[in-house]
Amino acid sequence: MMRIGVLALQGDVREHSRMLAEAGVEPVSVKWPRELAALAGLIIPGGESTTIGKLLRRFDLLAPLQQAVREGFPVYGTCAGMILLADRVEGAGVDQPTIGGMDLTVRRNAFGRQRESFEADLDMPAVGDRPLPAVFIRAPLIEEVGPEVEVLARLPDGRVVAARQANLLVTSFHPELTNDARLHGYFAAMCAAARDPAAV
Amino acid sequence: METGTFRVKSGHAEMLKGGVIMDVVTADQARIAEEAGAVAVMALERVPSDIRAHGGVARMSDPLLVEEIMNAVTIPVMAKCRIGHFAEAQVLQAIGVDYIDESEVLTPADDNFHIDKWDFTVPFVCGARNLGEALRRIGEGAAMIRTKGEAGSGNIVEAVRHMRTVNDEIRRIHGLSREQLMTAAKDLGAPYELVLYVHENGKLPVVNFCAGGVATPADAALMMQLGADGIFVGSGIFKSENPAVRAKAVVEATTHYENPDVVAEVSKGLGEAMRGLEISQIPERELLATRGW
Repeated sequence: MMRIGVLALQGDVREHSRMLAEAGVEPVSVKWPRELAALAGLIIPGGESTTIGKLLRRFDLLAPLQQAVREGFPVYGTCAGMILLADRVEGAGVDQPTIGGMDLTVRRNAFGRQRESFEADLDMPAVGDRPLPAVFIRAPLIEEVGPEVEVLARLPDGRVVAARQANLLVTSFHPELTNDARLHGYFAAMCAAARDPAAV
Repeated sequence: METGTFRVKSGHAEMLKGGVIMDVVTADQARIAEEAGAVAVMALERVPSDIRAHGGVARMSDPLLVEEIMNAVTIPVMAKCRIGHFAEAQVLQAIGVDYIDESEVLTPADDNFHIDKWDFTVPFVCGARNLGEALRRIGEGAAMIRTKGEAGSGNIVEAVRHMRTVNDEIRRIHGLSREQLMTAAKDLGAPYELVLYVHENGKLPVVNFCAGGVATPADAALMMQLGADGIFVGSGIFKSENPAVRAKAVVEATTHYENPDVVAEVSKGLGEAMRGLEISQIPERELLATRGW
């Protein structure tokens, strides 16, 4: 069975692991650089991006992940994970380390505070015709995308909330707080293709 | 687009898991907490050990202070209101705090009823000493639970007792047969549907943090190993000798709670911890954990 990691420094690790299992993948909790070996990909969960960034640096995961991303290792970031994968962050905290790798400008807490957090159903053709339930919690927003970036979903008003660039996938929202595992299935397929392009 | 749903409220608490929420009384302390890696801060006029020392009626903090703290950091900001004081909660919602703690640390405003938390868009966290209390709060709409411990004591013993009690009771309910659940609900004083949820899932329907007594990285590791989803530290950080270093150490011990090598490393040379209180020396009428019904 294919193994996909979930970065387990802080955040909703359990929910992502449950969704990966539902998508037919073995989830592996990752806290140390050595645990990245033999994984087909990695999910950076929802959580507090400033906290996760500092812990990445403190426990020597930042440089190995930056290296892996450069070499095409598949990574999916939700919410905090999206902030960590963006090349440019608006509204970042003081001294907030990020991994980068995606040609995006992301704005933190773009919708406001918790009382502005919301649920919505999104059109996301990449995962099928049925609308995708999405939970936005103090969510970031993608403000600009570079030429290599493919937009995968927008809010009804046109703002971008999901995108892909080669083997990197990001969403502003949390599919893992719903019972719909299609995005995790989509990411698992990305990981499988990255491993063995001929098989897909 | 729907705001204030229970999924949005409890989902926020899911994002805080594995993290440390720190009590702060100034914008500077909030920045130190953020820099140390806190996932959120609790904005207060006084930390619990000072509330204890100060005496008198402890109320919601000045909204101006809460706003200063909200403006100082990018992480979520929580604030406390008195048990049953829904008008204080309305004020905190109006200024836009990210979470409201209906807290026994403040002087209760209603000795019969907690706030109807379903009525709010902003989520609530509430304290509990046992499963029945936790499920009553969730029944009232709390989207996050914290075991109470004894706030401002710097003594972990009550936090351990409450976490063990909640988790023992969860295991017991999980193991009952279905026909026993209604009587269990009656005995716990908890809503039947939530008892059924615990029976079927073997866990609370919301995140459960630990509070009330954490003073060291090892305290945090202990509580995480006992099943806490994350840690509240009140007086333990800013009543210690070196808050910035201790705050960072508690964050790192919470992440690597199952790894004694890391907990050992981060525990070295932190300076003096807050001075703790022996629980038996606190007069019974001054115990905070017994507030709430």
